[in-house]
Amino acid sequence: MSDWLLPLLLVVPAVGALALLLLPGAAAERLAVRLGVVVSTATLAVSVWAVAASPETDVEWVPELGLRFHLGIDGISSPLVLLTAFLTLLSMVYLLRIRPEAQRMRALVGLLLLLEVGMLGTFVALDLLLFFVFFEVVLVPMWFVIAQWGDDKVPGGRVRAANVFILYTVLGSAVMLLGILLVGLTAGTFDIVELTSRAGAGMSHRTQVLAFLALALGLAVKTPMWPLHSWLPDAHTAAPTVGSVLLAGVLLKMGTYGLIRIAVPLVPDGAQTLAPFLGALAVVGILYGSLACLAQRDLKRLIAFSSVGHMGFVLLGISTLTATGINGALYANVAHGLITGLLFFLAGAIKDRHHTADLDLLGGGLYERMPRLGGLLAFGAVASLGLPGLAGFWGEMLVLLGAFDPAPGLSRPYYLVLMVLAGVGVVLTTTYFVMVVRRVAQGTSFQAWKDAVLLRDATTHELVVWSPVVVLVVAFGLWPSWLLQATDPVVRRLLGSS
Amino acid sequence: VTAVYVALLAPALAALVGILIGRLRPRLVVPTAVAGTSVSLAATVVLATRAVTTDGLLEQASLDTVPLGGGLTFGIDLRLDGLAALVSVAVTVVALAVQVYSTAYLKGDPRYSSYAAFVSLFTAAMLLVVFSDDLFVLLVGWEVMGVCSYFLIGHHWEQEGSRAGAVKALITTRLGDVGFLFGIFVLGHAFGTFSIGGIVTHAAELNGRLVSDGLVLAVPQHTVTVATLLLLCGVVGKSAQFPLHTWLPDAMAGPTPISALIHAATMVAAGIYFVVRLYDVFLLSPTTLAVMAVIACITMLGAALAALAQDDIKRVLAYSTVSQLAYMLAALAVGSALASTFHLLTHAAFKALLFLAAGSVIHAVGTNLMPDMGGLRRLMPVTFATMTIGLAALAGLPPFSGFFSKEAVLGAAEETAMHHDGPAAAWTGWLVLVVGLVTVAVTAAYVTRLWLMTFFGQPRGRVAGHEPPAAMRWPLVVLAVPATLLGLVGLPSGWLPEWLAPVPVTTGQDVAQVELHLNLFTSGLSLVLALAGAAAVWRVWRRDPASDPSLALGRRRGALAHAFYVDDFYDRALVQPVRLATRSVRRTDDEVVLGAVLGTGRGARWLSGAIARTQGGNITTYLTGLLAGVLLIVAGVVVLT
Repeated sequence: MSDWLLPLLLVVPAVGALALLLLPGAAAERLAVRLGVVVSTATLAVSVWAVAASPETDVEWVPELGLRFHLGIDGISSPLVLLTAFLTLLSMVYLLRIRPEAQRMRALVGLLLLLEVGMLGTFVALDLLLFFVFFEVVLVPMWFVIAQWGDDKVPGGRVRAANVFILYTVLGSAVMLLGILLVGLTAGTFDIVELTSRAGAGMSHRTQVLAFLALALGLAVKTPMWPLHSWLPDAHTAAPTVGSVLLAGVLLKMGTYGLIRIAVPLVPDGAQTLAPFLGALAVVGILYGSLACLAQRDLKRLIAFSSVGHMGFVLLGISTLTATGINGALYANVAHGLITGLLFFLAGAIKDRHHTADLDLLGGGLYERMPRLGGLLAFGAVASLGLPGLAGFWGEMLVLLGAFDPAPGLSRPYYLVLMVLAGVGVVLTTTYFVMVVRRVAQGTSFQAWKDAVLLRDATTHELVVWSPVVVLVVAFGLWPSWLLQATDPVVRRLLGSS
Repeated sequence: VTAVYVALLAPALAALVGILIGRLRPRLVVPTAVAGTSVSLAATVVLATRAVTTDGLLEQASLDTVPLGGGLTFGIDLRLDGLAALVSVAVTVVALAVQVYSTAYLKGDPRYSSYAAFVSLFTAAMLLVVFSDDLFVLLVGWEVMGVCSYFLIGHHWEQEGSRAGAVKALITTRLGDVGFLFGIFVLGHAFGTFSIGGIVTHAAELNGRLVSDGLVLAVPQHTVTVATLLLLCGVVGKSAQFPLHTWLPDAMAGPTPISALIHAATMVAAGIYFVVRLYDVFLLSPTTLAVMAVIACITMLGAALAALAQDDIKRVLAYSTVSQLAYMLAALAVGSALASTFHLLTHAAFKALLFLAAGSVIHAVGTNLMPDMGGLRRLMPVTFATMTIGLAALAGLPPFSGFFSKEAVLGAAEETAMHHDGPAAAWTGWLVLVVGLVTVAVTAAYVTRLWLMTFFGQPRGRVAGHEPPAAMRWPLVVLAVPATLLGLVGLPSGWLPEWLAPVPVTTGQDVAQVELHLNLFTSGLSLVLALAGAAAVWRVWRRDPASDPSLALGRRRGALAHAFYVDDFYDRALVQPVRLATRSVRRTDDEVVLGAVLGTGRGARWLSGAIARTQGGNITTYLTGLLAGVLLIVAGVVVLT
């Protein structure tokens, strides 16, 4: 067994980040992004290899704490590992030509690579404390990315947005840690595989409920679940383009991944008791998020709020505690990562060109002055509203199908109500996305934009970055079994033990 | 099956190529689009000839099986039978006519490449609906059609009408489609499969049309009713039936060839096609059939009355489409999928013809408004002749196609009313028969009004009409052939039932015995009613050929012109409440949630102040705090273990 493969997956970007730190200043500044591209390409290559070989690493780390360095990759982590490596690479390539105003590329690339270490680590960790460590590693670079390279014109400023982000997630993590300790200390091990196979055996119902509550609260902040979402619009609006892309594309998925990997299988009784609450909050998030989108005036903020709605679907899928719903949650995770990643790339491009993302100031006519950008925005909107035939549909459909027939022990009529309300959310989602297209893309341009000479349509470089995402969105839309064949057996194993 | 792939992939590929090369090689756009559709047409013709030589042919292909979790799966499956082959030919014929017609109608349009690509993509999506053998695959085609329709209605996005029409069409149909999706869930759950073939076979065994060799699992009646009613939501949305019909007249803001293809001949008929596809299931629920009958009757008459008072020639045709689709739904409600399919095919021919002819008129006079037309008969003889054929077919005058298919619908209703022996209740037969006959008179009236106001009297427009270029003329002539003959050819030879063999053509009868027959009484009555309707309009018009005959309706005209104010009602009952909810959510998020955030922010400042006192740090104290926290936790673990 190639048990060095997963450590290598983490070491490659870490070494890249370290190298940027050690290289002499001026040279590193010049070469930073190119080095970033090389390192993230290598990381993607290793991740493909790892997914193909599905290795496992399990060595003692801090025996005094019972802490093991246990890494593994399976059907539910591999799509997210690939997504992480893929979006990081695209972000690096994007930075080759398009840079935030604050420059200082050495630091930015280094932080992004560090971020990648944390994200990949979270998805491959099979030890609770290790998972927690990686989960936390992500916060530091993201705080810097928002606070240093962000847009300072957002209300309250970028530093405040970054602070709110870290405050929420750290408080969430603290609660999650309590849950981890509760589970680990009661069971006497922190090993996720071991704990999954026990499926909560030996834990009283009350302990399980408490543990699930703590774990889910912590993870739900990251997801984010209504009403813990309010860090998200500010953070997204303030973050630079690559920051938004990785935040929406990967970071949010760490929360829902944690629910599927840890919270549900480790304390199934607790999950069973609290799932109806999770489902209700998920549906509120869907409806609230889409209504909030209808009211937004800022394009980036709107896409951020759309994440609240979409992650609501993911949470609803998890709350059904069925293989169907959780498959749907995982599918929606990946689809949302791709589609919202694309939408943030596009929103960033629009904002860079017009120096505003305010819908009223932008006005209409994007089709007219930038047909390629306008067309891609329409594509992103259509994908995000869940058009069958594109990636966004299957996740939502499976989630609704899961809610149609929830796990035994959950109230069917209750979940049918949730399903219908989520269906209303689907229509509202359609509504706000066509409103965006109508307000931004259709119609005629303001004279100021017509006069502006520098307003260029999407460049070849941008198209090179975005087109792989478009291709994947179509591919996952037309061939759903690609992903479902991978996730289904694992999901059934996680649930089957309960 | 190869021909099915070719038929599906050729237009899809043409769409892809068109999008990619559109801007770089504008000259290749038209050949690509026309070639894609032509290849598809050729393939469907091959399929149709094979379908006719192989009796009741059934070919199936399973490309993939997709796990849904918990042992559920669905298959990426295609099927080919007589019904699919026949409808696919109709689709590709109209699509090709529209592609050719558009080259002249939208000549010089700066966005022709995306237009042609969407038409190609639409064709592929419609064919996917036609050939799919799985509910989810069908849904993919169904929704992709909807989004193509959205983009094409919004083709002239500089105009407010186009933007609003596009948005309305997409949202309204999506509303129905959510119900449709839930219907798929219920159906798949009840029958244990999402395969159309599997469900239909099971349902056919349940209603005794097929003899099963084993035990047939019973499906509760109410489950089937719930499933079919939910599916009907999607059908009602797609086929623009009451109460979700209001998007179709507004969709007329799209280019006219699109109206011909999508909003007359194909997409709106997909709802009907879907019910025909799953007819065995619908037959299991008399409740659903009754609901269908009521919806169909409201829509049929209401839309025909609205058509009577429209000034825009395209809106007249749009309301007439709504009304004719209701005939198809009514046929299904009284138990005759055969009559429904027959009317679907003839309607595809004559309504596509009518829209293209109307486009030719609009192209010539530069307006949609009939009060500004008049006297075009001499100036546009080809358009006049072909449109007259189309209108005669629409009004149901013999020997044109519409007469036979409409008579088949009324005949089926009469059959149910008199000799009730199927699952449809007798009263639904009476309802459809009476309303159908009244609608015949109203239809003849609005058809006559359109005909007279457009082609007769003195020219009232500023621009003199002229015949369109050949690329627009020929599609008219070609479509006039089936619009004239499809009924005559279809009826006596009895080929249609044979084609549709796998579909239950009417209820409770052996397939071989079924044939479409004209009922002399209803035919005679409807002909008299049609002539009366036409004569009434003609008498009003003759008094003053320059004015609008519908003014004779007096005060009632307003209600008809506004289609009974349904839109205004929706605005008050749906749109305004959503706006209100939106505003309150914004306020909540601005004040309450943001207030909470600010509160947390204050807490954070207090916390950071506390840490700052001990560490003298700044904003990065958060990070220090985090690391300290982690250390604390680790220490805690050590102590506790």
